Amino acid sequence: MTRHLQLTDNGRLKHFLTIEGLSQPLLTEILDTAASFADMSEHNVKKVPLLRGKTIINLFFENSTRTRTTFELAATRLSADVLNMNIATSATSKGESLLDTIRNLEAMHVDMFVVRHALSGAAHFIAQHTAPHISVINAGDGQHAHPTQAMLDMFTIRQHKKQFAGLKVAIVGDILHSRVARSQILALNTLGVDQIRVIAPKTLLPANVEDMGVIAFQDMAEGLSDVDVIIMLRLQKERMNSAFLPSESEYFRCFGLTEAKLKHAKSDVIVMHPGPINRGVEIASSVADGPQSVILQQVSNGIAVRMAIMSMTMHSAGDMA
Amino acid sequence: MSQHIIIRNGRIIDPANQIDAIGDLVIKDGKIDSLFNSTSAPDAIAIDASNQIVCPGLVDLSVRLREPGLTHKGTIASETRAAAAAGVTSLCLPPDTKPSIDTAAVAELIKDKAEQAGYPQVYSIGALTQRLAGAELNNLFALKQAGCLAVSNANQPLNNLLILRRAMEYAATHDLLVMYRANEASLSGKGCAHEGTVASHYGLPSIPAAAESIALAQCLELAELTGCRLHISQISCKQSVIKIQQAKKYGLQVTADVAMHQLHLTEQDMIAFDSNYHVLPPLRTLIDRQYLRDGLANGTIDAVCSDHQPHDLDAKLGAFPETEPGIASLQTLLPLTLQLAQQHGIALSELLARLTSKPAAILGLDAGSLSPGSCADICIFDPAAEWQVNSQTWLSAGSNTPYWQHNLRGRVTHTLQAGRIIYSLEHQP
Repeated sequence: MTRHLQLTDNGRLKHFLTIEGLSQPLLTEILDTAASFADMSEHNVKKVPLLRGKTIINLFFENSTRTRTTFELAATRLSADVLNMNIATSATSKGESLLDTIRNLEAMHVDMFVVRHALSGAAHFIAQHTAPHISVINAGDGQHAHPTQAMLDMFTIRQHKKQFAGLKVAIVGDILHSRVARSQILALNTLGVDQIRVIAPKTLLPANVEDMGVIAFQDMAEGLSDVDVIIMLRLQKERMNSAFLPSESEYFRCFGLTEAKLKHAKSDVIVMHPGPINRGVEIASSVADGPQSVILQQVSNGIAVRMAIMSMTMHSAGDMA
Repeated sequence: MSQHIIIRNGRIIDPANQIDAIGDLVIKDGKIDSLFNSTSAPDAIAIDASNQIVCPGLVDLSVRLREPGLTHKGTIASETRAAAAAGVTSLCLPPDTKPSIDTAAVAELIKDKAEQAGYPQVYSIGALTQRLAGAELNNLFALKQAGCLAVSNANQPLNNLLILRRAMEYAATHDLLVMYRANEASLSGKGCAHEGTVASHYGLPSIPAAAESIALAQCLELAELTGCRLHISQISCKQSVIKIQQAKKYGLQVTADVAMHQLHLTEQDMIAFDSNYHVLPPLRTLIDRQYLRDGLANGTIDAVCSDHQPHDLDAKLGAFPETEPGIASLQTLLPLTLQLAQQHGIALSELLARLTSKPAAILGLDAGSLSPGSCADICIFDPAAEWQVNSQTWLSAGSNTPYWQHNLRGRVTHTLQAGRIIYSLEHQP
């Protein structure tokens, strides 16, 4: 159903909700399209008219500066009109209000919703209930998925490693609560890396994590041994209040990425982080700002990748009956 | 009332009396008069039950009617009518109505409304604690006098084990059965799916099986300490089955039921974020389901209930975690029973016992059998009839079922309660 929901009958992207069910050729097409947009930016062609006359609403039920900004820039560079809506909601907000919000905005002749929401499945729900001409892009739903982040990470990996086959990738930190990690794991597996490892204390690993197609480690030296890519995840401060972890300092000691721990990885390892980073909690400044770090490239790649996904979903509109 | 009814030529299955044979069943004055021994009576109403199964009316241990207080989801009239169409002649209403069943007045109101509706017998389960808040006891003796056969705290937790202990002791004082949904709230939290592969995949807040089995183990200990008659409601996992089996072997007076959907569906069946699969306890794993089926076959689990929970559309519209849990499940009860018998090798008469005589025995009801002289509560169904779950066939106000638009086999054609036809398929609009 997931596959059917986000693809047209011709197998083109209609919505972009999750990596699940997307083929390797389709993911590669996203990366290739993003590469062409990235080239244009380098040649100072900042704007293309692909989405001229289209209206995009950034519908953010959860705060985010960086993701919203890159979506906004991506839309602007595609010449679309963009409206940002930050809808503060309480945790108990009802489905009716979510549906009502969507219905009201639909009436303004919108072409695309970019949605971020605190509950897993919210983007699916909106895609199922919105008018057929509207595309929905998931900018993060609960702990479920953040597929555009995963694709910009794949783009960054490909920039540096050229191909996915043969790579060993380690994802370190709060896998349990991370929608980014879930989408990355799906994308890395689809693109055919050699091995995905997750490194975290057992309190921050989801049940049956191996079923996601990963190998779990509790020890950084072991887990980082011989890897090509390290992806660090942000640690939320509130994890300290609910017995997931005793303290930031102990977490840093065991799972923080330092120069010493980095030595276990391959010499040409790249270090990634979806941001915003907590220096001295999950990563040492010397590593975050060091030569292996590609963290800022991830941010700039975010624009090209989101341009690619937005233009691809909008241009499948003609496929719909 | 003094009607004379002859049900002709049906396959009569009466698990309580180990009967499974084709013949006639005669009803006089609301009671079973005789089996396999009909004489022609010119004034009798005849029901042709050829190729159909005639069994005792079903006794359902958990059916939400949503009245009083939640009538936008269903009413006593709408849901008892759906129950009649499901072959149910006696049902238990858990106390989480609004207001909850704290007083004789609420219990009597429900009884009156159910009698007015004229479908199955409705037995209110009294609220163990005031407003189900888990702190102070209700007047349980008054509730018993108002007709409550059992007390429970529905799905609400008790504040601590001392309250549970006292509640069980006090219920035992008045020989009231305590029905208990085992759930350690600190472990289940705001979970909405089983803690396992599927919830991990979808990033859904999850509930470990241990949240149930830990609470169950504690309650079993207290049953021994207090001597309280205990019934465990809607178990869902392997460890619960093992613990109940051990307790029974040890001689503890405990019974248990399972919701029919837990015997069929697992986490693997969940369609991405489809709120019709949002149910508590959550759909578990294939291994859990196997233990539940085995537990049912070997008698560890005494009864199967529908755990019917109708909802309005809005309750199920939203992102999966914010939707309300529960499945509307009365009319799928019997078709799923047949499926279990056909596909999983549990004898139909054994399964019917768990829907009739066994739950009746748990409640101490004189129901669930076709013994001559007993109340003529009867369900007649066509085991071969195929039908589709849709708005034409579905009578509950809630259409929240994973089986919506599925074709099912097995359909109730008549339901009789105390010798009165309360449902007849051919007279449906």
